[in-house]
Amino acid sequence: MPDPSPAVPVPQLSPAAFHILVALADDDRHGYAIIQEVAARTGGEVMLGAATLYRSIQRLLEQGLILETRERPAPELDDQRRRYYRITPRGRAAARAEARRLQQLVELARAHGIVPARA
Amino acid sequence: MGLYRALLTLYPRSFRAEYGSEMCAVFEQRRRSAGGAAGRAVVWLTEGGDVLINAAATHWDLARQDLRFTARALARTPGFTLTAILVIALGVGANTAAFSVADFVLLRPLPYPGSDRLVKLWEGRPGYSRNEVSPANYRDWKSAGTVFESMGAYNPIELNLVGEGDPDRLEAAAVTAEVLPMLRVEPALGRVFAAADDREGAPGTVLLSQGLWQSRFGGDAGVLGRRVMLDGTPHVVIGVMPRGFHFPRRGVALWTPLMFRADAFEDRDDNYLELVARLRPGVSLQAARAEMAVVAGRLEREYPRENEQTGATVIRLRDELPQQSRLLLLTLCGAALCILLIACSNLANLLLARTLARQKELALRTALGAGRDRLVRQLLTESVLLAAMGGGLGLLVAVMAVPLLARLVPDALPIGQAPSLDVRVLLFAGLITGVTAVGFGVLPALRAGRDTGLEGLRDGGGSSGGRKQRLRAVLVVAEVMASVVLLVSSGLLLRALWRVQSLDPGFRSEGVLTLRTALPLPKYDSTARRVEFYRRVLTEVAALPGVQSAAYISFLPMAMGGGIWPVSVGDRQVGRRGNNTASLRYITPDFFKTLEIPLRAGRGPAESDRLDGPAVAAVSESFVRRYWPDADPLGRTFEFAFQERTVVGVVGDILVRGPEQASEPQVYLPATQVPDGSIIYYTPKDLVVRSSLDPTALLPTIRDIVRRVDPEQPISNVRTMEEIVAEQTASRAVQARLLGSLAAVALLLAGVGIHGLLSYTVSNRARELAVRMALGARRRDILAIVLGQGIRLAAAGVALGVVLAHAAARAMAALLASVGPADSATLAVAGVLCLAMVIAGCFFPALRASRADPMAAIKAE
Repeated sequence: MPDPSPAVPVPQLSPAAFHILVALADDDRHGYAIIQEVAARTGGEVMLGAATLYRSIQRLLEQGLILETRERPAPELDDQRRRYYRITPRGRAAARAEARRLQQLVELARAHGIVPARA
Repeated sequence: MGLYRALLTLYPRSFRAEYGSEMCAVFEQRRRSAGGAAGRAVVWLTEGGDVLINAAATHWDLARQDLRFTARALARTPGFTLTAILVIALGVGANTAAFSVADFVLLRPLPYPGSDRLVKLWEGRPGYSRNEVSPANYRDWKSAGTVFESMGAYNPIELNLVGEGDPDRLEAAAVTAEVLPMLRVEPALGRVFAAADDREGAPGTVLLSQGLWQSRFGGDAGVLGRRVMLDGTPHVVIGVMPRGFHFPRRGVALWTPLMFRADAFEDRDDNYLELVARLRPGVSLQAARAEMAVVAGRLEREYPRENEQTGATVIRLRDELPQQSRLLLLTLCGAALCILLIACSNLANLLLARTLARQKELALRTALGAGRDRLVRQLLTESVLLAAMGGGLGLLVAVMAVPLLARLVPDALPIGQAPSLDVRVLLFAGLITGVTAVGFGVLPALRAGRDTGLEGLRDGGGSSGGRKQRLRAVLVVAEVMASVVLLVSSGLLLRALWRVQSLDPGFRSEGVLTLRTALPLPKYDSTARRVEFYRRVLTEVAALPGVQSAAYISFLPMAMGGGIWPVSVGDRQVGRRGNNTASLRYITPDFFKTLEIPLRAGRGPAESDRLDGPAVAAVSESFVRRYWPDADPLGRTFEFAFQERTVVGVVGDILVRGPEQASEPQVYLPATQVPDGSIIYYTPKDLVVRSSLDPTALLPTIRDIVRRVDPEQPISNVRTMEEIVAEQTASRAVQARLLGSLAAVALLLAGVGIHGLLSYTVSNRARELAVRMALGARRRDILAIVLGQGIRLAAAGVALGVVLAHAAARAMAALLASVGPADSATLAVAGVLCLAMVIAGCFFPALRASRADPMAAIKAE
């Protein structure tokens, strides 16, 4: 299937980076919130470590897949030490491309009977 | 929490500054939300491990970025990059090459298992501590010594191998059965000698070297049990030694058992054995020396005449190295270090200049948010990258240089010809490269870390920092100093070489071909048969076109220095005490004519001196001076080599032991008067031929003549007399040439350094100089200012260098052949060369300064 994503090629994502982008897909979040969101969505299976998280964030920022937002929540909910991150359109494209790649892999495995066909 | 914060210091500082506090906050929250001690422990373990892995990964990310950036920056300035890489390559290459040779010769253990317990034993006498040992003393030492696991004797010999192709003369060693097992080297094929092999009357056996086995027997495993003819007697091949096995020296092609006839133990003055022994485990060298001193003392009391003042010298086999070889190598290492010092200071200078030139760029990047540590990191990356490239190239330089240094590997050692590149050498090259990178990279990096601030952005920032200038000046002084040391040292060695080469050897070596036809025993046992061989060969050779004369002698001068016998004249008795010795040579009549040794009185040995006639001798002038200083020597007699001899002629002295050692007086006896079956070692074997045409062109014809006279007789050691003389100074010549080229490189590097410094100063002081010119200073004054700066630096370097050079010269005094360490001509030449180099280095910057347009310079500011 041809890739309909933008002309600028999107970089390949590590699993941690993919999780972070997915966690940011519907809302801006700070670091610890990202960890919690990923844990919640995976049923506690993926617990990102702080070091992995911030190294991924640094690379995602450099690659322009996320950005640091200046908008902050209401003062009573805010912590000055926190920084909030937001996914960029390029980040969305990258996450979409990665999801498609994973899906293709799953279909490949299914076609060869490694995972059961969907009911 | 503090521990986690401490862990974060593993990150690059820039990363920590950006995310450190957030990471701490996240960690804190996770820890709090984990229930119980076990939960907290899990958080600690996972987060701790996570930090370790990611910190390393972050460093790697940065390094990759820096490398990319650095590669681009270096590619933009190819001149600087190329200079830097070449300078490092020279420093690393010179040091790696010097190290690999020095390590090979001086440091590495000999290639025998447990070689640190192998020792050599010599008879020690006043004045000379290493004399060969007589069989009788060997036997007594061996039976009395308790400190040795085993002791054996050997004797370097040469043998004629006949059959299996052309007859050949081969270097060999006769060894007692103890020797090879003691070295703990297994034969590649067959067995080594057993006790039964070296008994008198045992059948002849022989061991082949790997090289001889391959070249002569085609590597055929069926060689075991084959009979070969050595010096006319049959020997059975019992084994082949492995590749890389050398003993006692490189070049030995076969080994035979050393047998002693029953009467060999009678004459305690017959010294020809070399002894090797293995210390018992736990016995120190000192203990062995102490015991052998006692043993030798007892033997001296038992045999007061033969063993007068005879001790036992015990040294490690590893230390059997001529002092001169050791000193040559150490000098080489010192010179290489000088080059490294110069290379490092030169690079530091180059990089400092580059950093200063880039100050605006660096300041801009700081202003744009790059942390100071990122800049330092960037500059360090640049040094490391340059060092790595230079080091790689340097290794290549070393690989190419090592074969050229092979002449410095003495062939008297049981090791190969040239060192191979191995892990030790690679490690050393890496170390030197690392030292270089740190030496020249850290300075500019630290400087950048300290100095990059906003002031770098201001225009005219060039006037910043007399301190930087001072540092760069110190570096230049160090370069000049090191080049002076090298120049003076190589100059002194060159003078020593010339002095040694200019010594008159007492004979004329030009136009003389030499070769050896060693007549085997027992075939040529009888003197008459040998004389017949000489007569036929010499008659035919002398008749060849261009040949002026030809003769035979026992050993060629310089090629063999020994062959010394005691002399007794009247009541001066033979004894060890004093200098009553002379070198013995048997010759055929035309020897003096062939080498053009002047006849001072009487005649030389002649055909008419028969074996049954009166024993006659020609002696050298120093012999006459010693024994009959005030009388006519002709017709006088002396006791020498078992007989009373009558002096019939006096000839000029020659340097038998070469130009660097004192030679004994010489005694020449007629070849016709070698007693049958006695003094066989001295039977004439070396042919000398003087020709008015190219002497080497004679060789094929002479081969034909020898083949006609005796088809089984091999020819070996073909050389011209000039080559033999040149060999005496070969290692000196290599050394002088080597140090000379290192000095040239050093001079060049120092010139580059001075040029770089002054170029920078001139552009830095452009405004000042322009103002001076605007105020009326003439071009000449500007030239003087710039040149003056260069010359002041050079003078400081030369002054320090001369002091150091003097110390270096004293350390290598033994190499200098009595050229004084403060040789004024050498110092003057070194000084002039340095001055010329400084002026050349200053010239272009000075010219540029004097030609600058003052108004333009001022406006540009």
